[in-house]
Amino acid sequence: MSNYDPVEVTPLHADEVARMQADALAAIAAASDLDELKQVRLAHAGDRSPIALANREIGALPPQARAEAGKRTGGARKAIGEALAARQAELETERDERVLVEETVDVTLPWDRAPRGARHPLTTLQERVADAFVAMGYEVAEGPELEGEWFNFDALNLAPDHPARSEHDTFFVESVESGKVLRTQTSPVQIRALLSRELPVYVVAPGKVFRTDELDATHTPVFHQVEGLAIDEGLTMAHLKGTLDRFAEVMFGEGITTRFRPHYFPFTEPSAEMDLKCFVCRGASAVPGNPPCRTCKSEGWIEWGGCGMVNPRVLVACGVDPRRYSGFAFGMGIERTLMFRHNAEDMRDMVEGDVRFTLPFGMEV
Amino acid sequence: MKVPLSWLREYVDLPAVTAQEVADRLTAAGLKLETIVSHGHEIKNVVVGEVLDIEELADFRKPVRHCQVEVGEAAPRGIICGAVNFSIGDRVPVALPGSVLPGGFEISARKTYGRLSDGMICSEQELGIAESSPGILVLEPDVPIGADVVELLGLRDDVIELEITPDRGYALSIRGVAREAATAFGVAFRDPADLDLPVSTDSVYPASIADPSACDRFVLREVSGFDPAAPSPLWMRVRLARAGMRPVSLAVDVTNYVMLELGQPLHAFDRTKLTGEIVVRRAREGETLETLDHVVRKLHADDILITDASGAISLAGTMGGLHTEISGSSTELVIEAAHFSATGTGRMSRRHNLVSEASKRFERGVDRELPLYASLRAAKLLVELGGGTTANGVTHVSIGVEPVRITIPADLPDRVAGMPYGREAVLRHLEQVGCTVAEGAAEASARSGGGAAAALSAKLDVTGGATDLLTVTPPTWRPDLVDPNDLAEEVIRLEGYERLPSVLPAAPAGGGLTEAQRLHRRVGRALAADGYAEILAYPFIGERDLDNLQLPADDERRRATRLANPLSEDEPLMRTTLLPGLLKTLVRNVGRGLGDVALFETGLVYRPVPDAPATAPVLAVDRRPTADELASVEAALPRQPLRVAVVLAGEFESSGWWGPGRAATWGDAVEAARVVAREAGLELTVAADAHAPWHPGRCASLHLGDVLVGHAGELHPRVIEAYGLPARTCAMELELSLLQAALPGPVESPVVSSYPVATQDVALIVPAATPVASVEAALREGAGELLEAIRLFDVYTGAQAGEGNKSLAYTLRFRAPDRTLTAEETTAARDAAVALAAERVGAQLRSA
Repeated sequence: MSNYDPVEVTPLHADEVARMQADALAAIAAASDLDELKQVRLAHAGDRSPIALANREIGALPPQARAEAGKRTGGARKAIGEALAARQAELETERDERVLVEETVDVTLPWDRAPRGARHPLTTLQERVADAFVAMGYEVAEGPELEGEWFNFDALNLAPDHPARSEHDTFFVESVESGKVLRTQTSPVQIRALLSRELPVYVVAPGKVFRTDELDATHTPVFHQVEGLAIDEGLTMAHLKGTLDRFAEVMFGEGITTRFRPHYFPFTEPSAEMDLKCFVCRGASAVPGNPPCRTCKSEGWIEWGGCGMVNPRVLVACGVDPRRYSGFAFGMGIERTLMFRHNAEDMRDMVEGDVRFTLPFGMEV
Repeated sequence: MKVPLSWLREYVDLPAVTAQEVADRLTAAGLKLETIVSHGHEIKNVVVGEVLDIEELADFRKPVRHCQVEVGEAAPRGIICGAVNFSIGDRVPVALPGSVLPGGFEISARKTYGRLSDGMICSEQELGIAESSPGILVLEPDVPIGADVVELLGLRDDVIELEITPDRGYALSIRGVAREAATAFGVAFRDPADLDLPVSTDSVYPASIADPSACDRFVLREVSGFDPAAPSPLWMRVRLARAGMRPVSLAVDVTNYVMLELGQPLHAFDRTKLTGEIVVRRAREGETLETLDHVVRKLHADDILITDASGAISLAGTMGGLHTEISGSSTELVIEAAHFSATGTGRMSRRHNLVSEASKRFERGVDRELPLYASLRAAKLLVELGGGTTANGVTHVSIGVEPVRITIPADLPDRVAGMPYGREAVLRHLEQVGCTVAEGAAEASARSGGGAAAALSAKLDVTGGATDLLTVTPPTWRPDLVDPNDLAEEVIRLEGYERLPSVLPAAPAGGGLTEAQRLHRRVGRALAADGYAEILAYPFIGERDLDNLQLPADDERRRATRLANPLSEDEPLMRTTLLPGLLKTLVRNVGRGLGDVALFETGLVYRPVPDAPATAPVLAVDRRPTADELASVEAALPRQPLRVAVVLAGEFESSGWWGPGRAATWGDAVEAARVVAREAGLELTVAADAHAPWHPGRCASLHLGDVLVGHAGELHPRVIEAYGLPARTCAMELELSLLQAALPGPVESPVVSSYPVATQDVALIVPAATPVASVEAALREGAGELLEAIRLFDVYTGAQAGEGNKSLAYTLRFRAPDRTLTAEETTAARDAAVALAAERVGAQLRSA
């Protein structure tokens, strides 16, 4: 090995390595896009690039020269690599800026390709009412719409000769003596609940009811009510008031309470009509001089429903001992609630099924 | 009940408050204000004038008078008047220039018929007294000239209209309302029925009661020598009109006036038209009566009649007979005041569809002690205003009635209300109502009527365990007070409902919504999210709907419940399917310019059960019905399952700037069923079917296991034509109740494998008629457990598939839970899938 001549390994000369590095850096700087840079990378940093080939010659050097030559080529390759990475980043940024601008779209274009439907507000309002009571521990009870007269009337202390019975404008199943009617109220569900459930009973019963009224802006022969019933030991009218006050707050906000006025229902005794404090003007419009309120017609209160302590006769008809149990019942019209809660002015809109009425109500009301 | 405040004030010393305040107090006591109508407040400057001279003006097509009227000023006024029913010397109401008449009508001096008319001579109509009047109002001759007419006639009044609930018959009278007002304001009440009865043992016209269940009090008084031409005084006519009754003649007006004042309906007979004893009895088969309204009524054996020797002369407490009616020449009157059975008059009134002021009161309960007093008041008024005389004697038939006595614990009102009123307040309020209250329990015999009634009142007896008892006898005018709670209500309402505390009871923890209820809600949300808008159609249909749906004669859906009194004769049936309502609503939307419509409804249908009993029995109410009794009611009711249905037409996916949309198809309808089933966690089996109202080639049956739950697809062209639907309208209907009953319970959590997936595509050639569902089922079964998913990505019919065939291209995705699948395993699974498809449906692997 003594006749080895290092001078013959030209590519590893310092000025030669410096030239390769300078050529590479110049080419990198000159690359105008990522494709060109890719070519430059191949030419100046690839396996067949001058610097890579020079590097391969290091093995031919005498051992004492190898370290220095390696340092030289290594330094050059590092500089080229760094320059490539920097240029790559530079060109990518340039490309991104250009391409993302080119890909800009008009995001205000409509995209309503699959229109959404909606649930009927009378359905969702019944659910909302039911949910308020479910949260208080009530369960939702149901019953048939075509009902036995006994359930709809007699068991509710509406004997056949009761004057209130003829006020019910009842649809009878043929013949009139069939003992079958379209239920005129959701109250028969009370009877079914008491006959089928263990005491105590706390139920709420939303549903469809029927009266022989012609359809107009404020009447419909088919409408919806929600009925509530609580039978337990020691229930009082104060509990009824507390329950409805809480319900009013849940539906209409803090401070909105109810007011009772004496009334008559055969199935409750004592009975009351229930008014809701106006949730819009909060009663202010009833004071002379204040601005009027369309929701309560400036009365400060809105008639909402009926209620009372379940008539002990109803309990007896269901086999519940009135000496031990007492309770209350209440009911309100859903159409009416929708009217004042949402300023719906014409009952016909609720029954005609025109989707323009229903769609804005969405999934919940 | 319309209550003129002036009338009310005669019997109660109301403080100087507005009508609104009076109405508010009455409302708080349970007599609810409907409206307040003010009368006469706006009338100004109408005075009494005397007609000094009348100049008849000729040359006009109608009579016109120019009158000189003395009104107490410096000089008489000249006034033009078109009426001719007055003479010189008459005193008349004169509206002076600047005066205001009802309705804001202002009077000024004006030139008319060539003269200056310096005011107006008024009629009753112009003063707001009557709805119409034939001429001007001629006043009594002694009224002072220049006096204010409104003051003089008491025209200034407020009328409070109250809603009277069916239990409060006594409040259908000034007497009853005055009593409530007195209690509400804590002031004195003077009972208008508190009259001194003349002492006499003489009877007048003979009468008897043949049926004590129909009538327990019957009173007759007589007036003779009455002047039938005597007019009703103005004050009486004004009050009647304001209370809502039309003035007729003095005799009729007096009976109405006393009825309004006391609440006792009265009837006046012409004595000369009566023959023989008056008997109160039930009608006989075949009897008829022509009533005052000129209707000949066939009587029912349950009708309560007033009869004489000639037969029926009046429907008791409802309407008098025409033949014995008083007329313009009647001078001999027999006044009837009675107490008839409330249920009896109520039934009669309903049976004959005849609601009168009298029947309204009897049905709601009249004070059984009133007849003697009310008849006396009427007889006296008739004599006072119409001359003649009334005998002291009276015919009085009375059936003894045991008064109701109710024993309650003294603290019952406190217990019902949930607040302490105290014994003293309870006693005070019961006495204000008119009850007699005794300490301690009543003797047992006084409480029980025997039989079922006694058993019921024992069940309602809440005295057990209580020591401080009160025995309460309600007043005769409150027949509605029969149960302990009735008395509690009286105390609570008089204390004021506004005093009730508000206490939220602690209900036991509930179970929330049932699974079935949750599903019902989920189905609604899922369909709405899919583009369907919910409707709530009326459940009424007609034969025509069943025809429009092309239902065969023996289709179950033709067996519908019929209403006895439908709103429309065209729709007397209860729906057996949800589709008619949906289709009509779809047509309505399309008609309003909304061409792309997707609707859904969930609701009950009514399916009569063949051979079910025709009538549902009416059960007893004095005990819990037995299970058999309840079952007998249920058996007569139709089955009422919950259904869900959709209809859709037009585009289901919209066209837009992005290109064309997608028309609604049979596939959307079937998919809607799958959406519903998916919410239930159930899978439907879809198969071809031919079922009305669907297109026989585009109708799918929907099964849950072996149970048919519904159908979906495109509607039959004939159905589309019959309803006027858009072409290719599609529909789905299924019985949600069946899905509710089949809910599978909680979802079993899947094991998610993180090993790599292996996919294989296969194309199969099958006969064109082969349902895709059966091909897929075979592939799934054949592929076995390694199959993770399968998806049909192409259906091809064409030359390459061969005549009468179709090619189905599937991607099968395989994955194992515990290892990476080898190519051999995947291929073996795929081959097994294809092999089973070949065996089941003759599928052939399509060569590449």
